Amino acid sequence: MTDAPSAALLLSSLLFAVGAFGVLTRRGAITILMCIEIMLNSANLALISVSRALPGNGGSGLVDGQVMALFVLAIAAAEAAVGLAIVIALFRLKGSTDIDLARLLKW
Amino acid sequence: MIALGVMATMGAVQLTVFALLALLALGSALVVVLHRNPVVEGLFLVLHLLSIAGFYALLEAYFFAVVQVLIYAGAIMVLIIFVIMLLNLQPEAKGGPGLVPVFFAFVLGLALVLLLTRAGISFAPEPAMGAVASDFGTAAGMGREIFGTYFYPFELVSLALLSAMAGAILLAKRHLED
Amino acid sequence: MDLVIVIGAVAKVAVIVGLLQVSVALLTWVERRGSALIQLRRGPNRVGPFGLLQPMADGIKFFFKEDVLPPFVHKPTFIVAPAVSLFCALMAFAVIPFGGVLEVSGREIPLVIANIDAGVLLLLAASGLGVYGIILAGWASNNKYSQLGGLRASAQMISYELSLGLGVIAVLVLAGTLNLSEIVELQSRSLPFVVYLPLGFVVLLIAGFAETNRLPFDLPEAESELVAGYHTEYSSMKFSMFFMAEYINMITSAALLVTLYLGGYGVPRFIAEPLGLSGNALVVAEVVSFAAKVAFFLWVFVWVRWTLPRFRFDQLMRVGWKALIPLGFANVIWAALLTILKPEWFS
Repeated sequence: MTDAPSAALLLSSLLFAVGAFGVLTRRGAITILMCIEIMLNSANLALISVSRALPGNGGSGLVDGQVMALFVLAIAAAEAAVGLAIVIALFRLKGSTDIDLARLLKW
Repeated sequence: MIALGVMATMGAVQLTVFALLALLALGSALVVVLHRNPVVEGLFLVLHLLSIAGFYALLEAYFFAVVQVLIYAGAIMVLIIFVIMLLNLQPEAKGGPGLVPVFFAFVLGLALVLLLTRAGISFAPEPAMGAVASDFGTAAGMGREIFGTYFYPFELVSLALLSAMAGAILLAKRHLED
Repeated sequence: MDLVIVIGAVAKVAVIVGLLQVSVALLTWVERRGSALIQLRRGPNRVGPFGLLQPMADGIKFFFKEDVLPPFVHKPTFIVAPAVSLFCALMAFAVIPFGGVLEVSGREIPLVIANIDAGVLLLLAASGLGVYGIILAGWASNNKYSQLGGLRASAQMISYELSLGLGVIAVLVLAGTLNLSEIVELQSRSLPFVVYLPLGFVVLLIAGFAETNRLPFDLPEAESELVAGYHTEYSSMKFSMFFMAEYINMITSAALLVTLYLGGYGVPRFIAEPLGLSGNALVVAEVVSFAAKVAFFLWVFVWVRWTLPRFRFDQLMRVGWKALIPLGFANVIWAALLTILKPEWFS
């Protein structure tokens, strides 16, 4: 039971790699956004499992890691909002969300 | 090896739950990465996020588990699926990026796993402290940290959210070319 | 594990799920008779006394209807969607306390299925997940009307979840806890929070209408525009699952309103004190008072449905973003001021 954190840490590295693989190989902009969400989540999982393993206030478990994970969550929300807005703009411009179409900085 | 240590110290029930959640999380992440239909991907990402919330509950971060479901699955993913349906995205065409990039991505991913696992192994947690801290996983404990130690970062995050909102509205406005 | 506690927990779940089904059946009857009352008609009055057995007849009809699986639907999603809807609706109700602490053979059984610390948040999370049922149904049906219904549902839910959250947060600021049972206890010591936060009550009531897709916010299924919206393609028991989910959401929404703003299961002081109830008798009185309060708001739901016309979509968005959210924020600031200026009222 005390070792659930390190197992979760291992899993989070796997998930991060899966997400990174998706970002590198897929072309749909929204799919890439979703793969980034997987990566952010794996980072959150790592943060929380480490914070669970550290000694905290009168027992094991430090709250700080959760606060950082909450910040990651907030940034993920911001990223999703801006990212989706960009995807919508891209779709209006090109009629597709394929990022290979968006290789020019203008028009 | 970490995994063996886990089996030694986790209870049988917890181990089973952990294994099931791990399978669910990995499987759903793989579907997101490999499937071609954006809506299906989105739904499996929701499943993935829920399984991650399960891990948080298993690690006794109950408050954060609920927050994960509330914000990630309940708000961010609804937004993403909304956009997928709004744009009526069709399944991605077959073919994909060819073998060479996939190979490199695979090698890179493998290296990443090894690197992160290495980091995870070298991270040696303190010896077990017995019971979980009383403020771990509660809203009160987090609130105290956020409005105490992390007050300024918290305000910065709220600024970041505000600017993201303004940016999103500006970007999504019609007639970008005008 | 203590056997009595396990039995108590299982019994609570069984009784609540059973009671919810019965209430849904009764509610459909109230809805039809109520609409008839408002529109000067008679309503269903043939099956049983006052047509009370009409829901039974409807249920039998649902059971024996052919379960049509239309071609070109996305099958797994199409089948899962109604289950998601119903599951989330049932899960949300689990954290609502419907009475005090019952004593059975020396053991205490709190009358709430899941008395957890983050209770309110879990309820919001469950209601947030409930929208997936509708979105999935809309998308899987492969039908323009359904898809429009699903799109409208997701936009509406995201918008109104914010005001719902703001209405809830104000109460949390006053109460200083996320546990619904503690919020109720606090209100029975002081006053129902509607006295302190009338604005928040209104915000939560309106957001509750929107979250349950009831008129005037029933755009996801607007029958005059979208045939039946997201459940156009559904028939038989799958349709009835959506139907039940909608009514259970209504009950949960009313129960949340009662719990947060109207003293929950607490018996009003002017009734409790003359009767001098205590122990299990008081608990029974609390359950009755909870049921009565919730029933009143369910009637308000029906009443409003047959009184107001439907919003247009831009009006819906304007009400949500430009009226309810600023009001909700003002309410939260008011609650914060109250806790700073008069902390002795809420201890």
